[in-house]
Amino acid sequence: MGKKKPDFISTTNACKLCRPLGACLAFKGMEGTVPYLHGSQGCATYMRRYIISHYNEPIDIASSSLSEKHAVYGGGPNLKLGLTNVAEKYRPQMIGIATTCLTETIGDDVAMYLQEYRRDTEGSVGLPDLVHVATPSYAGSHMEGFHGAVCAVIRQRTEGGPCTGTVNLLPGFVSSADYRHLQEIMDGFALDRIMLPDLSETMDGPALREYRKIPAGGTPLARIRAMGRSRATIEFGRTMADGSGGAILAEKFGIDNHRLGLPMGIRESDRFFHLLAELSGRPVPAVFRGERGRLVDAYVDGHKYLFGKRAIIYGEEDLVVGLCAFLAETGVRPVLCASGGTSGRLAASITEVTGDLLPEQPQVHEGMDFFEISELAQELAPDLIVGHSKGYPLARKLGIPLIRVGFPIHDRVGGQRILHLGYRGTQQLFDTIANALIAKKQADSPVGYAYM
Amino acid sequence: MEAIALPDRQNHIHRKGEQPFAIRCNADSLAGAVSQRACVFCGSRVVLYPIADALHLVHGPIGCAVYTWDIRGALSSGPALHRLSFSTDLQEMDVIFGGEKKLRRALLELIDRHGPRAAFVYSTCIVGIIGDDLDAVCRRVEEETGIPVIPVKSEGFKGNKRAGYQAACDAMARLIGTGATGDISRFSLNILGDFNLAGEIWMIRDYYREMGLEVVANITGDGRVDAIRRAHGAALNVVQCSGSTMQLADMMEERYSIPSLRVSYFGIEDMSEALYDIARFFMNKYPDDPEARAIMERTRELVRREVEGLLPKLEKYRQALSGKKAAIYVGGSFKAFSLVKAFRLVDMEVVLVGSQTGTAEDYAELAAITDPGTIIVDDANPLELTSFLKEKGVDVFVGGVKERPIAYKLGIGFCDHNHERKEALAGFAGMLNFAREVYSSVMSPVWRFVPGRADAASL
Repeated sequence: MGKKKPDFISTTNACKLCRPLGACLAFKGMEGTVPYLHGSQGCATYMRRYIISHYNEPIDIASSSLSEKHAVYGGGPNLKLGLTNVAEKYRPQMIGIATTCLTETIGDDVAMYLQEYRRDTEGSVGLPDLVHVATPSYAGSHMEGFHGAVCAVIRQRTEGGPCTGTVNLLPGFVSSADYRHLQEIMDGFALDRIMLPDLSETMDGPALREYRKIPAGGTPLARIRAMGRSRATIEFGRTMADGSGGAILAEKFGIDNHRLGLPMGIRESDRFFHLLAELSGRPVPAVFRGERGRLVDAYVDGHKYLFGKRAIIYGEEDLVVGLCAFLAETGVRPVLCASGGTSGRLAASITEVTGDLLPEQPQVHEGMDFFEISELAQELAPDLIVGHSKGYPLARKLGIPLIRVGFPIHDRVGGQRILHLGYRGTQQLFDTIANALIAKKQADSPVGYAYM
Repeated sequence: MEAIALPDRQNHIHRKGEQPFAIRCNADSLAGAVSQRACVFCGSRVVLYPIADALHLVHGPIGCAVYTWDIRGALSSGPALHRLSFSTDLQEMDVIFGGEKKLRRALLELIDRHGPRAAFVYSTCIVGIIGDDLDAVCRRVEEETGIPVIPVKSEGFKGNKRAGYQAACDAMARLIGTGATGDISRFSLNILGDFNLAGEIWMIRDYYREMGLEVVANITGDGRVDAIRRAHGAALNVVQCSGSTMQLADMMEERYSIPSLRVSYFGIEDMSEALYDIARFFMNKYPDDPEARAIMERTRELVRREVEGLLPKLEKYRQALSGKKAAIYVGGSFKAFSLVKAFRLVDMEVVLVGSQTGTAEDYAELAAITDPGTIIVDDANPLELTSFLKEKGVDVFVGGVKERPIAYKLGIGFCDHNHERKEALAGFAGMLNFAREVYSSVMSPVWRFVPGRADAASL
């Protein structure tokens, strides 16, 4: 740690996205739900474009398309008109409404508008559920937006009642492949789980020959309501703020909340699998024990390629923590961990998961942008960079490999299919990193070995 | 069957031949309709973006800057300041107490760091609401630093993308007229409305050089502040993408008596016509000047050579693509005219054409040049586009990133003709690239595996 973060007034090449984008993605993981931005038209379009370039999937985000007069007189009428139009054309089960900097600043009272709208439309058939979340883009990043939307749905939609024995899983923002794998893991323990959200199908669907207005998949709304009757909640995110989805469920319904880090690397994955074993009363299934065994074997086989290699890691704070937990196990030395987020918990969380493995803690900085990361990078003499595709210019400048993880991946196909979680995801990351380092050594070698 | 469009959207759709021409356009997007449009800020940002030695500072919360970071394929032959994303990243306290101080400090910091030739400061939605006095801050920093610091009035909600084009033109108008023009040839022009995607403006500049014309300023592809400052010394403005830069050309005509020509560099027909129009302009302007005649001679030679080289290469694509159906949905409708012609050149049939920001005149012209039955649509959305594509049995869809997944989900080929593309589609060589790209999508074997296609392999 020690070193001071460069301190600039301006931001150059931000390492975060704006808060409403996170909310839209979370809503996209709820069944039959259309995300809706209360703001000017550009926000929805920009975010769609940004998200499409990662997922290569349609994402329809509605907007109240406010214009000048609405900014002056309030956006209520357009919000309501937009809701009616979305309800008519999309026939959604739910509309997830997120605010923007514009509507937060003009002081639109969305909760009141929705109350009026519900009152005005009472008795109409086929009207969707409405949930809303405040996502002023001038406070926090897309991760606050993502968690905010999850919390809003939990607060506004869950119901209590006799315990059903289900287990809630709140993974946070992970890849479509990760959501799929998490379901498989839970199924392996025969745990009846309610995973919120679930972007496994909605943002990674099959070719169809038809355009589904709302793609299949996502957490069913009835299941979301039933979360209040679960026997336990598992949520991932060591840096997440208090008042998380799991905390709300604990407070509202007295459901045990188990907060873990993202299951990346052996030890963080072990924590997750052990918890599942405990909750299910079953041993870890053979298939996952096998994966763990092969992962340790891979660590051993490849350890010399990774040992002592210096890594810069950036991205969402919880992902950075998970990557550190994993990389420290392999002998890679994180030298700089950076995020555009500002949880205040990043450094402590990294120490928690790597303290006994690293000879020296990395520099850890929150609220960073890529200009600042670049400023520090040169003298850190890194061997590799781990993060999303926006670090490519830096990797190119330094002539070192970029290991693409997280969101967004704008310069490769298949970002939504990168698996990060569990023993299996760790295995894939390990192989990718080892091979990137080998490829670099091979390419730099004057000899041209075909046998490394 | 359910109506394709919401009632308030139906008069934005025209089916040629089925009714007399009428279309509603250039209006605010309908709430909840999921428009493919962006906002005022987007309009300004895309136009000014390629000016490579200027600082582009987005004053607002982080989103507007981060979603426009390095998104255009606009190349520079030198400085590349435009590829960085600068923001004041306004926070809650700035919103409450005002962002002027932060803006000034950010500007001074960035100007000191990068030494730009000018700075553009974009206002975003909330800047208009919290009442930051952008003009005052810019004026002060201009005095302090000695470079032009220009506010761009691009609050997102103050209209649609077209209003953003206007704001960008207003900003550039402040630069034009401030540079020395003494040594500019009388056979000279400015290139307006080409953004040097994939190096296109270099190709166009080569054509002009060969013709014997001096290009004074690129507006804005591979653009430079100093060149724009002396743009008023050119004899002619050649305007492509007229939606975005025509206002600037009009202003220059009014203020500096520089006439303008509207052209398009897409497709053989329009590309050739553009060069001939320019040569003719100088013939008319200097009827007895041998140099003007020489320009025309060189133009003929250039066009002849390029077309002769190109047509045989196109033949393979034309044969394969003949009779296939194409759909077009683009930002500005002027590009759509050229695309209609370009598809004709490879014997394809255009069955749907639309744009985000076309004017009534643009759509009337589209209606005039397309075949009966063609659907013409203004400010469409995914559901409308989907139903049109299915109804018409389209083979390839031309659009931008937001249209791509619509095509792919339907099992339809796609050609990216938006500002993010990395393929040069302008100029004579661009026509070949375009045909090749359409061909490589339409002819791909992957469609055989898409469920529901008549020719699909079954499971």
